[in-house]
Amino acid sequence: MKNFIFILVKEIRSYFNSPVAFVVATIFAVLTGYQFYVIFAKFSQLSFEVQTNPTIASQFGALNVTEMVIRPFFNVVAVVMLIMLPMLTMRAFAEEWKAGTMELLLTFPVRDEEAIMGKFAGCMGIFTMMLLLSLPSVALVGYFGDPEWEVVVTGYMGLFLMGGAFVSLGIFMSSITENQVIAAALSFAALLLLYMVGYTAGLVGETTGKVLEYLSIMFHFEKFAKGVLDTSDIIYYLIFMALFLFLSMRSLESKRWRG
Amino acid sequence: MIEVEHLTKKYGEARGINDVTFSVEKGEILGFLGPNGAGKTTTMRILTCFMPATSGTARVAGYDVFEDSLNVRRRIGYLPETVPLYTDMQVPTYLKFVAGLKDVPYREINSRVGELMERVGLTHMAHKFIGELSKGYRQRVGLAQSLINDPEVLVLDEPTIGLDPKQIIEIRSLIKGLAGERTIILSSHILPEVSAICKRIIIIDEGRVKAIDTPENLTTQLRVSDKVRARIGGPKEDVVKALWAMEGVKNVETGAGAEDSLPYVVEFSDGTIDRSSQVARAIVEKRWDLYELMPVKMSLEDIFIKIVTEEGN
Repeated sequence: MKNFIFILVKEIRSYFNSPVAFVVATIFAVLTGYQFYVIFAKFSQLSFEVQTNPTIASQFGALNVTEMVIRPFFNVVAVVMLIMLPMLTMRAFAEEWKAGTMELLLTFPVRDEEAIMGKFAGCMGIFTMMLLLSLPSVALVGYFGDPEWEVVVTGYMGLFLMGGAFVSLGIFMSSITENQVIAAALSFAALLLLYMVGYTAGLVGETTGKVLEYLSIMFHFEKFAKGVLDTSDIIYYLIFMALFLFLSMRSLESKRWRG
Repeated sequence: MIEVEHLTKKYGEARGINDVTFSVEKGEILGFLGPNGAGKTTTMRILTCFMPATSGTARVAGYDVFEDSLNVRRRIGYLPETVPLYTDMQVPTYLKFVAGLKDVPYREINSRVGELMERVGLTHMAHKFIGELSKGYRQRVGLAQSLINDPEVLVLDEPTIGLDPKQIIEIRSLIKGLAGERTIILSSHILPEVSAICKRIIIIDEGRVKAIDTPENLTTQLRVSDKVRARIGGPKEDVVKALWAMEGVKNVETGAGAEDSLPYVVEFSDGTIDRSSQVARAIVEKRWDLYELMPVKMSLEDIFIKIVTEEGN
């Protein structure tokens, strides 16, 4: 536990000492903020038109700010996460393998799992800060409208769990190579693939489709964004994280043997 | 303190080290000597629990490096050859981080870091990031890092490589000052360094142990020269003939120089006794002038090369 905290603190410190945290968080805030502006501005334009023109109103029915702003916004955040998180996780182990600092770290009285969990938690810390940067947007919706706050809460829970899955996969990719670009490319490709398999679900047979849908990393987020907490979704993300953190451990071990 | 038995490490087909056996007593400074790629680093990496061996056992302070790795790692300080440090950290921050991981009690961390920084001469670098430091100062940070938990065993891989002569002397005296309670293993491919610091030397080549002994013994065993160098004033051909006439002569070489005092090197087949007096007698008997006479001493370098090449053939 003590080692875990020392490594966690060191990780967060080095994210801020090198500008990685600032760069990634800024890009994240700009992209999501911009998309939020587009979504919110469209919504207010629409509601203005509905007020002045009753024929449009009958077309849309009641305008729901949760469904038309909050949910699309969460989906945008999820996609930006998919792009930005590999850049956060790529350095986790790859940098240390390259610099040779891994050799020293592994000769300290630190268990492999403490090192991995410390790095995982460090990335999660930075990711949480990034996620907090999207709160003002949601607060703005709350100021001007009346969203369903339960959906906001479950949505953020979903984003957090999905981010954990992204980070664990990124950490694993970073543990198998000493090249940060390869680590980022591999994790981005893997996440994108896991994102896309959901779309092919309708094209294949029913059973295969179900399997693909279940594998899809975004499919499990949809219910969170609708305000539904489903244990199977939570378990999916937890198993996902456990699997890739375990694989990272095996990867460290195998690197040790090969020297 | 350290017992290594039949240690073998294979990298795929290639062999890192092969059947290495040695032991180190408590408080001893052991030198690891060998050309680059001989297996010094591999041995050290196994001892420090960075990598497991393919076969054989190694025990440090009574704990097996594979079975009881955490207990070994708690008692060891390691400075790898490349001195890998986190360049984006400041010196005290880094040392505190290492102190924490190496189980220095939380309340003692600050005082311990301050004390060590003073000892290795880093106090005036406290505000700098490690990335800004020169090679010599990084080496000191690396050394401080290895000492932070007051380890029983210190493993230093080429601790003076890449330093300037002044820094080399400083680091060497620092290491010497650490001896006593601590057991130290240090590797080098520079002989004078090892013979200056170490009580015992292991010569390793192509993954195999070629010799283990004290520097003195290694030298006396082999150093008593089989060659005598003399500057003699006399007719060249007669001198060569007279030298050849001595007992046990293997070869006579004539060097270049002034006509009336040419240098000669006489090589004897048996190098265990000093032959200088024998040469002197031969010259004086002929009433030639003897300007200079000395056994050609084998340096540790010669011994090293001799051991490595002899065994190789």
